[in-house]
Amino acid sequence: MDFTRRDTLAIGAAAAAVTALPMPAMASLTEDAIAEFTGGADVADGGVDLDAPEIAENGNTVPIEVSAEGATAIMVLAAGNPTPGVATFNFGDASGAHRAKTRIRLAGTQDVVAVAKMADGSFAKTQKTVKVTIGGCGG
Amino acid sequence: MKFNAMTAVAALMLAVPGVASADPDDDNLVVNGEIEMTTKAPLPAHMEDANMDQIMSGWHFRSDETQALQMDDFDNSGMIFVDAGRDQWNAVEGSEGNSCASCHEGPESMEGVRAVYPKWDEEAGEVQTLAMQVNDCREENMGAEPYGYTSGQMANMEALISVQSRGMPVDVAIDGPAKETWEKGKELYYTRTGQLELSCANCHEDNYGMMIRADHLSQGQINGFPTYRLKNAKLNTVHARFKGCVRDTRAETYKPGSDEFVALELYVASRGNGLSVEGPSVRN
Amino acid sequence: MAKGVRPRVKAPRSAEAGEVVVIKTLISHKMESGQRKDSDGNVIPRSIINRFTCEYNGAMVVDVEMHPAISTNPYFEFEATIPEAGDFQFTWYDDDGSVYEETKTVKVG
Repeated sequence: MDFTRRDTLAIGAAAAAVTALPMPAMASLTEDAIAEFTGGADVADGGVDLDAPEIAENGNTVPIEVSAEGATAIMVLAAGNPTPGVATFNFGDASGAHRAKTRIRLAGTQDVVAVAKMADGSFAKTQKTVKVTIGGCGG
Repeated sequence: MKFNAMTAVAALMLAVPGVASADPDDDNLVVNGEIEMTTKAPLPAHMEDANMDQIMSGWHFRSDETQALQMDDFDNSGMIFVDAGRDQWNAVEGSEGNSCASCHEGPESMEGVRAVYPKWDEEAGEVQTLAMQVNDCREENMGAEPYGYTSGQMANMEALISVQSRGMPVDVAIDGPAKETWEKGKELYYTRTGQLELSCANCHEDNYGMMIRADHLSQGQINGFPTYRLKNAKLNTVHARFKGCVRDTRAETYKPGSDEFVALELYVASRGNGLSVEGPSVRN
Repeated sequence: MAKGVRPRVKAPRSAEAGEVVVIKTLISHKMESGQRKDSDGNVIPRSIINRFTCEYNGAMVVDVEMHPAISTNPYFEFEATIPEAGDFQFTWYDDDGSVYEETKTVKVG
């Protein structure tokens, strides 16, 4: 098929436009997970504490801690993992504090997000970038 | 242009932007608020000529978060394998209808054992590692199948036995009948091998404390073995680690349980004489 | 039932009425994420513990929904309030339908 210069320009521009579009992939899976948790409600920034190392010694086992005063549940997401879900902590009546510690897997350097659902139905979130390195001889 | 191994190692070190050397820290390791570990000690006499000032546990080369995991037996995931080891200790196996407990009673009877292994066994006429001793007992006294040398079951048993010596200083004998094996191990430690022409000493004696890519190089001590590695979330034995290390220098690696690794284990253990037994430890 | 799965729990043996205590739980489990491939290139199917609950005398302390991003040998630390003497019930639910349990008794006063 013979392309006229007009055709070529049009195809080229379209191709360039497509590559310039923001990558949907993981970022929106995370947003979907947050939307499902909050039912689409507004999410305030802050009011949730997320403790994670700045540099993870090994991405296979990264210790983290989440806490939010007055939260009934805290959802943790890993925005750069193949699937963002990590854990959702639901605190019951016998709970002693709205905090939890666990160890998670991070596929690479990424943001870890914590979203808290408060007793009054409002939501708050925070996030932290965790660097995940490739080891040396230790592997 | 002749590109020798030291240049390669140096190039790797300097290639890391920013941190070329990250000193091991000064933190104190106390487990469960009770067991005080000696994690730094003066050089053992046989290392007078070594290119280092003191011996240090691998614990000092890990991040704060990793260090914290070893300070409480309920944060230390390796301890769950000690529990598994305890079940194995009490299990009756083999033709004689015995368990470890039948002769040794409780695991507490193993106090002090880990601290002096590998050691010369008069009856066997050779230096034995803990793994060899466990399997000897199983085959001769229990009539049971030996554990795989680096298997999960062996690691569990090593962890159970190590825990009984936690906090005690490593004290392996390097003289008398063990001397020949020790000398062989020392020679292996200082011999360059493989495509990268590296010896154990090139990294662990000459360059500990430096960053090799994102890894903080330790002195390669084994007082903390068997160790729970974050990388594979399980207990790792000494020979399994030796095999990996040798393979990482792109050399033909020896087999776990081989004479070479037994000799190397005796020598490397003696480089830690004075450090506390930490097993099971937590490392990256 | 997945092989070699065993729990390990730290809970106080006694407490004051109304005291808040720290609980640590560990369970040995591979947590096969479903992301790995075997040597033939076939995906190793997901097989994880997908839920963990802790109750005290029947009241919920924490109920955790778990995903493959939880590390091998899942570990949780959290806090519980002890109103009176009783039992902690820890339950882990496996993808394969198995349920693992552990109980710890607490004395008060």
